[in-house]
Amino acid sequence: MIEELHENKLRFLEEQAIKIRELIIEMLLEAGSGHSAGPLGMADIFSAFYFHILKHNPQNPNWEERDRLILSNGHICPVRYVAMALAGYFPIEELKTLRKINSRLQGHPHRTSLPGVENTSGPLGEGISQAIGMAISAKLDKKNYHIYCITSDGEHQEGNIWEAYMFLGKNQLSNLTIIIDRNYIQIDGITEEVIPLEPLKQKLESFGLHVLEVDGHNIRAFVDAVREAQSEWKRTSVIIAYTIPGRGIDFMEKKFEWHGKPPNKEEAKKALEELRTLQGKIISEHQ
Amino acid sequence: MLNPDIYLNQNIFNENIDQKPIRDGYGDALVELGEKNKNVVVLTADLAESTRAHKFAEKFPERFIECGVAEQNMAGIAAGLGVSGKIAFISSYATFSPGKNWETIRTTIIYNDSNVKIAGHHSGIITGPDGATHQATEDIAITRCWPNIKIISPCDYWEAKKATLYSAEVYGPFYLRFVRDKTPIITTEKTPFNFGKIEIFWISENPQLAIFATGHLVYQALLAAKELKEENIDVLVLNVHTIKPLEENKILEISSQVKGIISLEDHQVIGGLGSAIAEVLAKKGGNIPKLVMLGLQNTFGESGTPDELIKKYQMDKEAVKLSVKKLISS
Ligand SMILES: Cc1ncc(C[n+]2csc(CCOP(=O)(O)OP(=O)(O)O)c2C)c(N)n1
Ligand SMILES: [Mg+2]
Repeated sequence: MIEELHENKLRFLEEQAIKIRELIIEMLLEAGSGHSAGPLGMADIFSAFYFHILKHNPQNPNWEERDRLILSNGHICPVRYVAMALAGYFPIEELKTLRKINSRLQGHPHRTSLPGVENTSGPLGEGISQAIGMAISAKLDKKNYHIYCITSDGEHQEGNIWEAYMFLGKNQLSNLTIIIDRNYIQIDGITEEVIPLEPLKQKLESFGLHVLEVDGHNIRAFVDAVREAQSEWKRTSVIIAYTIPGRGIDFMEKKFEWHGKPPNKEEAKKALEELRTLQGKIISEHQ
Repeated sequence: MLNPDIYLNQNIFNENIDQKPIRDGYGDALVELGEKNKNVVVLTADLAESTRAHKFAEKFPERFIECGVAEQNMAGIAAGLGVSGKIAFISSYATFSPGKNWETIRTTIIYNDSNVKIAGHHSGIITGPDGATHQATEDIAITRCWPNIKIISPCDYWEAKKATLYSAEVYGPFYLRFVRDKTPIITTEKTPFNFGKIEIFWISENPQLAIFATGHLVYQALLAAKELKEENIDVLVLNVHTIKPLEENKILEISSQVKGIISLEDHQVIGGLGSAIAEVLAKKGGNIPKLVMLGLQNTFGESGTPDELIKKYQMDKEAVKLSVKKLISS
């Protein structure tokens, strides 16, 4: 069971989220390519996962009883790599090798390259099905660990996702929780202009899923939603997390143009300044 | 020396040779086709700019179809268009199309004989930092096995443009293989594009070996040929832009003149150009030359810069030179 979030832990998670954003910017600058908007938008949720929600052991990434965090939208892996490094899976220094030759940090995550990465992804639409397989396996083995699958919204245009939802409608797996990064952007524009997903909540409900909605930048609300999802013992829960792509960096926020490019030197400098002043603000708010 | 009859780029061996992405040839050709032929329709699955379909989209919005991230649906829609008098170009990364949607294409486009041109982008490890998930390295293998498909793997911008234009002139399925990064411009606008032919790009009077290359690696083969010439080693370099139908007679004719053959492709050697040549040689049997297949050796690629990757995976000019020397001394 996930612990309740106390005030000082919440503050810690918020600080970690800012640290995650700073390291994302630094690592993308160093890499010279990669995705900015999605990872920044998911920093709060990854902070919540790696430092509060997940039952895991960074020193023993293959621990049998660990919760599984499946990343379906592999292109946001920078946020996962940073959270993993901060949690102690590997040295922070190694983040500089992102997308470089001979690195364990592949441009899109590769399961057997880096311990702690549960699935190979990048090609969209394939995560939920794999998570279902893991959830069925856990049930067969009578294991208590939980499976989380993070997906993105544009990704929901893939038919495979709906095949998986339809399967869940029949084979309810309550040891699986799906999180949708609802940031309203994809590569070619705004999701509702490319191929609309709305009314997303109703669609999911009509598939028989237990649907929750939450502000993806409110860590307390997110943790509560995950707790609520776990208390639902019959159905699979889907949490629609409303996020702001590029969150924390003014000139990146809500711009689909930042889906797949890294900041240049000046942009990174500006971004880091903004994050550092924001850090001051957030800490003082809670004092 | 460079074949003087086909107007190759005379600056090929300059250090600062002009470079242009092969995928731009696709984008520019689509715009020309759009103007010429009102039946040309272009589709994408949330990759308009990356596949260079965006220029067509701006000019001919009513004939551009954004499918969202849904490659199977895109293939099916194109299949419907293609049997209804349209010439449909589907544009995505090759790992997803014809990768992810392979069977949909097989049934609704290939077997169904629909007039669809499959543009597979980001082919090869030269795709670089995105890593193996985005580097199409089996696309030739999975399309070459289909009946009723024509496959072109252009060596540079100009050839990509001509291949795209050509594909619209002939009814039926084509697979066009494109590359993301800037690559050297080997040919010129005037270089003839003869579908179905293997072209000799580097000629020698008494060649000891022949290098059959496809795609952007033709450039590495030419660099190798030139440096080998300086060491008095004579080879031929052949540009295999048409992977299917493969000009088998040409391969047999060349094979009778040389001691060994090298195939060079930014693709798995299993099922790719190397395999295709092996099939031709083995079917003939008798006194056939030894074949060395350069390409991805039964492994996946990884993140890295294009230069680092083609070096590490032994597809660069040094790898070619080494193979040539080994073959000669064997
Ligand atoms: C099967 C597949 N098709 C296309 C792509 C190329 N692609 C990468 S990310 C992306 C857009 C996805 O939008 P979304 O999932 O909402 O991610 P966000 O931009 O919000 O991070 C696309 C089309 C892919 N990775 N996989
Ligand atoms: Mg999105």
